[in-house]
Amino acid sequence: MTTTQEEVLGKVQEVLVDALGVDDDEVSAEAKLVADLGAESIDFLDIVFRLEKAFGIKIEQSELFPDNVLNDPQYVVDGKVTDNGMQELRRRLPHTSLDEFDKSRSVDEFSNVFTVDAIAKFVQNKLG
Amino acid sequence: MRWIWIDRIIELETAVRCVAIKNVSLAEDVLHDHFPARGSRPPRPVLPNTLIIEGMAQTAGILVGHANDFVEKVILAKIAKAKFTDAARPGDTIRYTATIERLDTMGASVTGIVERVNPLDGGRRPMASIELMFSHVDHNRSGLAFPQRNFVFTDLFMDLLRQSGFAPPESIGTD
Repeated sequence: MTTTQEEVLGKVQEVLVDALGVDDDEVSAEAKLVADLGAESIDFLDIVFRLEKAFGIKIEQSELFPDNVLNDPQYVVDGKVTDNGMQELRRRLPHTSLDEFDKSRSVDEFSNVFTVDAIAKFVQNKLG
Repeated sequence: MRWIWIDRIIELETAVRCVAIKNVSLAEDVLHDHFPARGSRPPRPVLPNTLIIEGMAQTAGILVGHANDFVEKVILAKIAKAKFTDAARPGDTIRYTATIERLDTMGASVTGIVERVNPLDGGRRPMASIELMFSHVDHNRSGLAFPQRNFVFTDLFMDLLRQSGFAPPESIGTD
């Protein structure tokens, strides 16, 4: 049985409500995990664990949140992602829109790419 | 006072489950501040719920640390949930059962059930449910440097393991 996009989004929203202790109505598709929902670094590990359980999938943390790219001097210079870094991020996150991030490329702003909808698309892709 | 909020480990199944107990005593200073008499109201000594969470964190932390022979520095990173339905009074035994939900190189999530053993009839009743996240801090440094020695699992915890009949590893991370 295939899971529809809407069902995936609904389950992702439930996971985020539990993991972040936020209200249902805060978890809109466009909400940003860090800026809008107050997620901190350990929450990302919690979210990965909960998504695995909810969907019966296996997720490497670096797959969803590519910290290792953002900490790599090969890809980041003076706090900005280089052309190579952007290429690597696009390769790693094919279902996440990086167009807005591409304007500033500031590592500090990278967390803004993680919206509720981006997580749902990631899961949808994993489910095939 | 020593910062240890469990008295004995009674079950330890590697990477699965740990059960520990704590006996609540009126000799503990903290009970006299929580809650003291006020006006005509008599004192009502109970173990603060924050320390019950700490007891669960110590039980669960030992479970997570033991799973990797206490090599990892296991840090309590998040209290995902803590729901209390009763209070622990002097003379009660608190029974902590911690179960690993998920364990990987980055950390672990643990669910915990806290029960209160009534000294009058020996009956066990649930008094809290707690969900905790632990970070293996060397894998989640975020640019921070930590000492090489394992500052989490001190002698206090290794002695507790030994006194409870579980052999601690011969050596844990040293400087």
